Amino acid sequence: MADSGSRTLRIREFPIEENPPKNYLNHERGLMSWLFTLDHKRIGLMYLASIVIAFFLGGMLAVGLRTELWTPAGTFIDADTYNHIFTLHGVIMVFLFIIPSIPAALGNIFLPIMLGAKDVAFPRLNLASFWVYSLGAVFALYSIAHGGVDTGWTFYTPYSTETGSAVISMTLGAFIMGFSSIMTGVNFIATIHKMRSPGMSWGRMPLFLWSLYATSIIQVLATPVLGITLLLLVMERALGIGIFDPALGGDPVLYQHFFWFYSHPAVYIMIVPAFGIISELITTFSRKVIFGYWAIALSSLAIAFIGFLVWGHHMFVSGQSELSSVVFSFLTFFVGIPTGIKVLNWVTTLYRGSISLKTPMLYAMIFLILFTIGGVTGIMLGALSVNVHLHDTYYVVAHFHYVMMGGTVFAFLGGLHYWWPKIFGKMYNEFWAKVSAVILFIAFNVTFLPQFVMGSQGMPRRYFNYIEEFQVMHQISTVGSWMLGVGFIIMAIYLVHSLYKGEKAPSNPWGGRTLEWMTASPPIHHNFEHTPVIIHGPYDHHKPIREFRLGIAGSDNGHGHHTNGDGAHTEEVESGDQTGSR
Amino acid sequence: MFERFAEFFLPPQRSTVAAEVDGLFHFIHISGFILFIGIVATIVYFAIKYRRKSEDEITPVISHNTRLEIAWSVIPTIMILIVFSWGFRGFLNVNTAPSDAFEINVTGVSWFWEFEYPDDGIMLTDELVVPVNQPIKLNMRSEDVIHSFFVPDFRIKKDVLPGRNTTTWFEATEVGESIMFCAEYCGTEHSAMDATIRVVSEEEYEEFLEEEAVDIEDMPLAELGELTFQQQGCQSCHSVDGTDMVGPSMQGLYQSERELDDGSTVTADEDYLRRSIVDPRAEVTAGYPNNMPTFYGDRLSDREIDALVTYIKELQ
Ligand code: HEC
Ligand code: HEM
Ligand SMILES: [Cu+2]
Ligand SMILES: [Cu+2]
Repeated sequence: MADSGSRTLRIREFPIEENPPKNYLNHERGLMSWLFTLDHKRIGLMYLASIVIAFFLGGMLAVGLRTELWTPAGTFIDADTYNHIFTLHGVIMVFLFIIPSIPAALGNIFLPIMLGAKDVAFPRLNLASFWVYSLGAVFALYSIAHGGVDTGWTFYTPYSTETGSAVISMTLGAFIMGFSSIMTGVNFIATIHKMRSPGMSWGRMPLFLWSLYATSIIQVLATPVLGITLLLLVMERALGIGIFDPALGGDPVLYQHFFWFYSHPAVYIMIVPAFGIISELITTFSRKVIFGYWAIALSSLAIAFIGFLVWGHHMFVSGQSELSSVVFSFLTFFVGIPTGIKVLNWVTTLYRGSISLKTPMLYAMIFLILFTIGGVTGIMLGALSVNVHLHDTYYVVAHFHYVMMGGTVFAFLGGLHYWWPKIFGKMYNEFWAKVSAVILFIAFNVTFLPQFVMGSQGMPRRYFNYIEEFQVMHQISTVGSWMLGVGFIIMAIYLVHSLYKGEKAPSNPWGGRTLEWMTASPPIHHNFEHTPVIIHGPYDHHKPIREFRLGIAGSDNGHGHHTNGDGAHTEEVESGDQTGSR
Repeated sequence: MFERFAEFFLPPQRSTVAAEVDGLFHFIHISGFILFIGIVATIVYFAIKYRRKSEDEITPVISHNTRLEIAWSVIPTIMILIVFSWGFRGFLNVNTAPSDAFEINVTGVSWFWEFEYPDDGIMLTDELVVPVNQPIKLNMRSEDVIHSFFVPDFRIKKDVLPGRNTTTWFEATEVGESIMFCAEYCGTEHSAMDATIRVVSEEEYEEFLEEEAVDIEDMPLAELGELTFQQQGCQSCHSVDGTDMVGPSMQGLYQSERELDDGSTVTADEDYLRRSIVDPRAEVTAGYPNNMPTFYGDRLSDREIDALVTYIKELQ
């Protein structure tokens, strides 16, 4: 935060040591040094490994579902198995994969580095959040082993109070994972407020951090409501207290209000961090200052707040009052506008840039295309009369896959490829990376475009059987899912290859201007040898790169490591709030 | 050309509200498509025109442009207000039944639909027969979990809740058959919980009323049993030809040895059949879920239960 008045700092340029022999990956060894690490980068990496496993499991289940839908009647599993699998697929993808994906994995690794800090504000809380997440995952596994769950990821009552499956342990799992999400949120908010290095004013914060900030606010405010809801559900099932089940005097629609009060904001927990990654990718690979920095930064916050007021758009046909449906529809459209503006900002940033279509940028462009489709179809679903027809059909399934997979997953893959050299210090094979990106893009559309058509034609979702008219569309979609599988297998091969045989990565392979590129690849244990000092905006590609490598000169910086290497120069700057200097 | 396109996307329009809903659907798709093409074309154009030619290119600083930003905030806002009010109007139409509508009661039960014509004393299962050009109002209720009444051809959908009434309405504009789906997930047979809506001419409807209004009191027991078996949805869980479904088949059940889930065995005599219908949770056949509805005891008359037992006894 701004110091009152200002203090004079002596700063100088710090050269970057390329591929230092000791880095965060190898400075300590052994399983325990990982499991009990307090290093945000290692915790982030453990999260990364966990979500990759979750995505793999969820993906396998999805391919199973699609394969079952090859024929209108049973193909190779029965109806109950199908119902269990789509529930598991949804639960795994939402709670185990997508919610922690960008914030807890990539965010954990890069948030402190991008702020110029040594770690997050509460490293122990950070480790705890990982362990709590793992505990939640254990509950989920336990439920799978003990009968599974067949309610859909939404756990709607009264079905979820009456069905014979392992609902209690599964909801407890989601409840526990909620705590991990809250812990990460609290930690990120505190870190962003308190740990910014000198000169890192709010206006110089990379947009990825703004997006994590908005996400954290939602995580902290919305997740408790999910926790309470799931707990009430468990109490109703276990103790027979009537809250949602009309047979016990409860109200099932109340459950839906509670559930969506969390789960609509949660879709912003899923997508807003993706917006942050896209801002980083677009600027770095077009070497441009972002168009509309404040519009993008503040619209994330705006979306976070308005996102709390639109939950009822999931309930237009649920029997809620017509007046509330109308109000919810109206507000829904007002989340659409800031989101649309962001897309236009990104496209405008490309104008007169110096555009390089490296793999991460390819993913950013794929994101823009798929997310636009997801957004337009979202407007469709927000329109009341059309929603009555489309609700709970494959149109909705296609829409949320365009947003969650086309949006968040592709942005995540863009971020993963962008930061891969930084995280592991290795380059991947650019050719195969592009091949797999193109395959994934085509396969994704083959899978999900036909679902818009089926849905508008009236194909309901969560259907094990369907009428013959829909078979052609279902088969195209199924073929697409197999192609997606191929794309991901190629990706797995070249990424694993890169870990073992990849070329050593330089510290700044893409010419980025944010702080993570101003330290070694992989970074050292404390991120920087010095305390970084920031005098430019995060995307000031027109300024010389050496002016982004400044740090506090002298021995009072607490690191005690000095190099008076070539090119090191000292100058004086004012530290303190420098908003508006970009 | 446009008709082909419309047919590709949407089912036939067979109700009075369908055309308006479809109009908005196409409006959003077409304006969204134009926006989409604009965005994709711009991205591709920029990516080619401004591709990196040398490693030390310097780019201009363009951080905002007030006119552009106002334009792209105001235009979408206007579009969105149009979409909102159009959707709002359609929603009112879909939700407001005309006052002269003919009322039918709908009950959703896992996993079948019952339609009751209160004035004519008719009950139908998984089939609804209605006259064309006549507004029909449905008063809906569920016996167990939430279901949803969805007719794509009519563009209507409404959740069917336990312990609370919901309503929807339609006026069919053509004679023909339309399919009705359950659109809220409700368990194992959710995707098989559909019904046929037969829209008939005025005359055919009169004939239908006469046929259905046969005197139940005078019907032979076995025949009444068969009718009840179908109307009460027993056939959605039990076959009569030996096929195993959610529940055991009724064929050959009478006088067979039944193994219960507590390990004991009973002989399926007349009394056992009666108990199984009235209090199904008391004795549960091994190997089957304990999910047979418990409301038959209250809902069926003694004569109907006798009829069912007689009918089942004859299925050898
Ligand atoms: C939701 C599905 C469902 C419906 C609807 C249903 N049943 Fe059942 N029924 C079952 C199941 C499952 C069992 C086996 C478990 C048990 O014994 O409760 C069963 C058991 C029975 C039995 C005992 C069979 C045996 O193996 O001993 C009889 C008789 C029976 N049902 C008759 C009926 C009749 C008559 C109706 C309609 C009035 C009906 N059921 C409706 C699911 C259903
Ligand atoms: C690998 C590509 C994927 C395929 C082929 C796929 C396929 C499917 C299928 C077939 C369904 C069931 C639809 C239904 O019966 O209603 C489904 C549901 C779902 N999918 Fe995916 N999916 C994929 C990726 C994802 C991703 C990445 C996410 C989110 C991160 C996701 C989230 C969901 C959710 C939340 C549901 C709803 C589950 C429910 O109805 O309870 N999917 N998916
Ligand atoms: Cu929502
Ligand atoms: Cu259903």
